[in-house]
Amino acid sequence: MEFVKNAVGRVVPTEINGKPQIPFKGVGKHIPEGRKHGPSIPTCANYPEDGNKLVKDLKEALIKAGLRDGMIISTHHHFRNGDLVANQIFAIAKELGVKDLVWFPSASFPCHEPIIEYLKDGTIHHIEGSMNGPLGRFTSEGNMKGIGILRSHGGRYQAVQDGEVQIDIAVIAAGCADPFGNANGLYGQSATGLLGFALADSQYAEKVIVVTDNLQEFPCIPWQIHGNYVDYVVQMDKIGIPEKILSGTTRITKSPDRLYLAELTAKFCQAAGLIKNGFSFQTGAGGTSLAVSYYFDQIMRKEGIKARFARGGSNKYMVKMLEDGLVDFILDGQTFDLDGVRSMRDNPNHVWTSPFTSYNYHSKGNFASMVDIVILGATEVDVNFNGNVVTHSDGYLLHGIGGWQNALFGKTVILPIPLFRDRIPVIVDEVTTLVGPGELIDVIVTERGIAINPRRTDLIEATKNSGLPIVDIHYLKEEAEKICGKPQKPEFTDKVVAAIKWVDGTVIDVVRQIKK
Amino acid sequence: MSKIATAGNKGGGIRSDCFVTLELKNGDGIIVNLKSKVEALFGDEIRDQAIKILKFFGISDAEITMEDTGALPFVIAARIEAAVKQLIDTEKNYLFEILPENKYQTEKDRFRFTRLYLPGNTPKLMINAGIHKPDGIILDLEDAVAPDKKDEARFLVRNALSLINFYGAERMVRINQGERGLEDLEYVVPYNVNMILIPKVESAERILEVENKINEIKAKHGIDYNIWYMPILESALGVENAFEIATASPNVVAMAIGLEDYTADIGVQRTNEGTESLYARMRMVNACKAAGIQPIDSVFSDVADMEGLLENVKRSKALGFEGMGCIHPRQIAVIKEGFKPAETELEKAKKIMVAFEKAKKEGKGVISLGTKMIDPPVVKRAEKTIKLAVQFAMLPENWLEEELNNNDK
Repeated sequence: MEFVKNAVGRVVPTEINGKPQIPFKGVGKHIPEGRKHGPSIPTCANYPEDGNKLVKDLKEALIKAGLRDGMIISTHHHFRNGDLVANQIFAIAKELGVKDLVWFPSASFPCHEPIIEYLKDGTIHHIEGSMNGPLGRFTSEGNMKGIGILRSHGGRYQAVQDGEVQIDIAVIAAGCADPFGNANGLYGQSATGLLGFALADSQYAEKVIVVTDNLQEFPCIPWQIHGNYVDYVVQMDKIGIPEKILSGTTRITKSPDRLYLAELTAKFCQAAGLIKNGFSFQTGAGGTSLAVSYYFDQIMRKEGIKARFARGGSNKYMVKMLEDGLVDFILDGQTFDLDGVRSMRDNPNHVWTSPFTSYNYHSKGNFASMVDIVILGATEVDVNFNGNVVTHSDGYLLHGIGGWQNALFGKTVILPIPLFRDRIPVIVDEVTTLVGPGELIDVIVTERGIAINPRRTDLIEATKNSGLPIVDIHYLKEEAEKICGKPQKPEFTDKVVAAIKWVDGTVIDVVRQIKK
Repeated sequence: MSKIATAGNKGGGIRSDCFVTLELKNGDGIIVNLKSKVEALFGDEIRDQAIKILKFFGISDAEITMEDTGALPFVIAARIEAAVKQLIDTEKNYLFEILPENKYQTEKDRFRFTRLYLPGNTPKLMINAGIHKPDGIILDLEDAVAPDKKDEARFLVRNALSLINFYGAERMVRINQGERGLEDLEYVVPYNVNMILIPKVESAERILEVENKINEIKAKHGIDYNIWYMPILESALGVENAFEIATASPNVVAMAIGLEDYTADIGVQRTNEGTESLYARMRMVNACKAAGIQPIDSVFSDVADMEGLLENVKRSKALGFEGMGCIHPRQIAVIKEGFKPAETELEKAKKIMVAFEKAKKEGKGVISLGTKMIDPPVVKRAEKTIKLAVQFAMLPENWLEEELNNNDK
């Protein structure tokens, strides 16, 4: 394996799982040429005229789709930790004696721990998606046969469009579908709101299987997934565990420290003049991030300010802002609670989006760069503002990238993070894994001070008399070490266990095996 | 003495702590077993620290098992010391240098609107307490610590006083009742504590007992600054003796009422409205005002009910209280909000102060506002309101100058 140093100084291989790789060249520097990938041309003459694509079960669908060794099988993560389908696919593959598959999920969750068994017995060769919790641990310890590849939501769309990943079979679980394959996530016991993460899969996979536990007569509308892309439809008793897909109701964190961070973040945005009529913002579903939107809400009500749109995962609080006229539109990437689903169903201003519209590198522009304020998290940030979201300071791979890299393209990116967690400093010399380059990260808000990226002279100027605790990021790093002590570095072997892709498909960093 | 000792907390929900099991051995040196969630980052450092502390106490043969959930070094040291002192008799203390930023004293009449209670044996709640900006932080050695954990809490509180930056909050410790409370003082007085909370006080005698002990420790350590006392009245007898207690020492600068215990003592249920304790509260407020110290109200126990809390604060302020206890950081902002002067109150105070200044300049003995004469106590109250408003950043410090200049134009 040959290695080169990329544009952010990380040493990365030029070949992964037998495929040549392009090292990261810098933000916006990689401009690929050629044509997009396309699946084989289908012919409607080969599909039933009555539109009925139902087959007996998932096994039959997989066999009909031609499941065989080495294929790339994709799934989406709208079911989050309540997914009952992905594990079944590989149980069937094992039963059929199929080997060396590549699992290409849009994200994995702790409920996918059984996948470890299929990685061990050779049914699955490696994962391209995210390796969370137990799967991350398994990968970090060097147990996966191939090298894992982590991509952002936008990077996944990019890889599918430019042919870096050519999906053989997409299995799309949907809360609601008809026998033709039209599907959406708006109805049924396994409702997810939208199915945006499965959009690329439906359009570009060789074979598409829709799985539902809520079969409707044709037509199932709205068709978030077009039946015209679908080969087979499977009806099942249960495709997800509802309470693990959506929370009944989202609650603001009770942690005083997180609330403090969220409030400070909102105050910063206000002081910097970012909260103004017609602005837009994106917050995640994490505790602190959610609380930030709550404080935005308070400021907007008090000051009589309206936002044009809110992006990101929707929840009860965001829906209330929409319904109270504080925001004109929600551009929803994934729905987190029942209020979100209801609103998406009933309110035309609650719009379902996909990585194509929001994040895709091969789109002719995308929404991410149009958002005024973006609130994100991180496991680590270094003194050069580089961020890490996939590994912890102990070197273990534990999280996926999600939309994090893509959302960094927002106009002002703010990371409210604690200075340390228990004894682990979060602001460090150098991130363990570099997932986002510092040039895209503007502000770090910690409970012991706010650091502004020196590139953002406008923000520095706007907040200099705000009375907010603005400090140098090196001060934060030293403060963290003063309280926690200076940590030793985790030890790794030379073996690469996973690669981190940038949004354009280049390799920005790798994760190495933990030395036991 | 026993050969095995434990200290610290472990189990569900425990973070930033270290459960230590120490066994003295004969020979074989020191064996450290560490199970830590920060092993990859601090494993070696924690093992070195354990050996260093054991050697400091002259222990050369022992097995120490540490179940660490990300404890900071001062916590680990407190846990090990607590275990050691159950097994050997020693005069030695494993001390840290007090952070220079922790060596501040507080003024007798500083505002004490909010004081945040922190259980003295729960490190995770202490570390970030200061960022929530309460006026005071109480490291509680009394009711918030389980009886069998009271010894080990002393080491934790002592180390916390040295090493946690509370960012300007008044550094308070609530000691225990009786003899244990006097012993507690040894662990806090030398470490730049600003104020001692004395629970369940029923007479001036207890204040003097505590004061004598404090003076003894201060003399031993060459401490010459003031350490203030806040007695807490928690019984019918305490309330009856409120004035005697308030005037027992010039170092009594505030007095609090504890209504959970008080209502139990008089045999009634505590309500949000507080009718049952109205007499006790008014009696205490009156005693405090007569003695020239701050009356401080009891805590509001429902941490989820912010509206109820605000109502309570407003009632409290109306009765004359000048502060309240907090049991959750989220209560701090609400209580401060409640004690803020109202806009109308502030406008009136400003007018009075301006009239007062003008009269002074013009050498007038009598101050009037419109057709109304203003008495000195009214001016005094206005002054207090203004001081409060400045503290809450509702007014700039030089507001009067600006106001007078504007009036001249």
